[in-house]
Amino acid sequence: MREFPQHNLSAASRRQFVRAVIYGGLAFAGLPAFGRASRPPLGHVVVIGAGFAGLTAAKYLRDWSGGNIAVTLVEPNSQFVSCPQSNLVLGGSKTLDDLSFSYQTARKRHGINWVKDSAIAIDVQNRQLQLSRGTLAYDKLILAPGVDFDYSHIPGMAIPVADIPHAWKAGKQTLQLRQQLESMPDGGNFVMTIPRGPYRCPPGPYERACQVAHYFKQAKPRSKVIILDANPDITSKKGLFLQSFKNQYDGLIEYHNNSEIILLDPVKKTVKTDFEQVQADVLNVIPPQLAGKIAQSAGLNNVDQRWCEVDFVTYASSAHPDIHIIGDSISAGLPKSAHMATSQAKICAAAIVDMLAGQSPNPLPVFANTCYSFVDDKQAIHVANVYRYDAQKKTMVSAEGGGVSLQASVQEGDFAQAWAQNIWTDTLN
Amino acid sequence: MLLGSNICYAIDPAIPLAASCAACHGPQGNSMGVTPTLAALNQDYFIQRMQGFKDGSVPSTVMHHHAKGLTNDEISALASYFAAQPRRTPTPLPHQTFQGAQ
Ligand code: HEC
Repeated sequence: MREFPQHNLSAASRRQFVRAVIYGGLAFAGLPAFGRASRPPLGHVVVIGAGFAGLTAAKYLRDWSGGNIAVTLVEPNSQFVSCPQSNLVLGGSKTLDDLSFSYQTARKRHGINWVKDSAIAIDVQNRQLQLSRGTLAYDKLILAPGVDFDYSHIPGMAIPVADIPHAWKAGKQTLQLRQQLESMPDGGNFVMTIPRGPYRCPPGPYERACQVAHYFKQAKPRSKVIILDANPDITSKKGLFLQSFKNQYDGLIEYHNNSEIILLDPVKKTVKTDFEQVQADVLNVIPPQLAGKIAQSAGLNNVDQRWCEVDFVTYASSAHPDIHIIGDSISAGLPKSAHMATSQAKICAAAIVDMLAGQSPNPLPVFANTCYSFVDDKQAIHVANVYRYDAQKKTMVSAEGGGVSLQASVQEGDFAQAWAQNIWTDTLN
Repeated sequence: MLLGSNICYAIDPAIPLAASCAACHGPQGNSMGVTPTLAALNQDYFIQRMQGFKDGSVPSTVMHHHAKGLTNDEISALASYFAAQPRRTPTPLPHQTFQGAQ
């Protein structure tokens, strides 16, 4: 059983931490941008990817080590664009500007070394990371590359096609899909294909269906959303989404389960399944997903050749103990959500601080996760759980008492908006 | 500290747990939106609310799904953590014009 001290934990842990500091060596290679004067005593952690997971890990490593760990973040993009709420851009109630943020605040405030570059390969033996311009030495490496898309098994569309966006990473494709919906004639079909799980954001496709139907209801009421889901059923918040499909969008949304793509014609925009052939005016193919490229390049995607197996106490890869992996790339029976990514990042950061300080990480981590989905421009629904580590099963198990909303509501829409503001602030400030 | 052992953590386990509440309640419990701020809440009030979410006597949209998953020890550790956090007026995060990534 654990006993928690009944006093100011942050002050207490700082005192403990200072006692624990070990003045070890630090390997710094090559990049002139780094202040060579600062040689932090505990080590150098390189983080790949400044999404929710990577940025959170970088920030909390700096804060919880009291600045005693040097952190370098490698990220090719120049700004943060939030995937959560990007379906609302399709629905018309948000713009991409509402979801775009500068990295500057986080970087300056927490003293993170920033390298705007792409990671190409990992030299595991020598603990070196190959970038497109130079190399970086690390004591610990954290991979937070998000998901990669695998088109190779889509019959008829083995490579991405320019006018068939996935829009499954917020950005240009989100705008492209919105523009396609705007120029579609009333009476047209929006067809969305959903891959078999696991994929990023389990409720995301159904939220998207609601958002597009919300737009159609106002602007193109004779149009239809057709969902071709490769899964046997709605994978998240099923009852709640069915309520919205029926009560809010009756006649606007058709849901077809077990509808794996048998053949897709990217020119005619037709999709054949076991049951039918569907003609799309706007076609949105959400491709099957796997761990980000850098994880694949190091052979860390050791579960079904797709996802990365990790130890849920430290998030160390089961393939390489010095490499930690967090966020959507890992294999877990856990939803690939932004909140989950930040919760994992915090456990990983705490474990690395403990380990670099020569102490054992907490063997029984616990954290919260929630996914909100908007069913129109104002109402939202949630699924929420606490997860705790089960040492026998060696995995995170959902604690008793979790669950979903009773019904969609404007009140939860306001809380969902506050969730976005708070998680953005926690990650980027 | 683990009872009955000498293990000492650099980071108290309550800190990452409390940090996972930040997605809704803001960094160190200072909320940006309509979700209540937890920073500097009175410990007894905090515990009473959490126990109320657990047994249903305090109405909630989502908190019962979180409170029911936490042990009493965890709740009192969280209460003392948040009680010790200073209340700050959070600065809104500035949006940026989308620059065309991806
Ligand atoms: C999904 C968002 C979400 C998460 C995650 C979350 N909360 Fe809450 N919390 C809320 C909302 C919303 C309320 C208001 C009651 C309601 O509608 O559930 C609330 C209310 C509370 C209150 C009552 C505050 C008051 O002044 O009445 C406490 C205490 C609290 N939360 C503690 C926590 C703790 C501790 C955690 C982390 C273990 C946590 N919450 C995680 C959304 C969240």
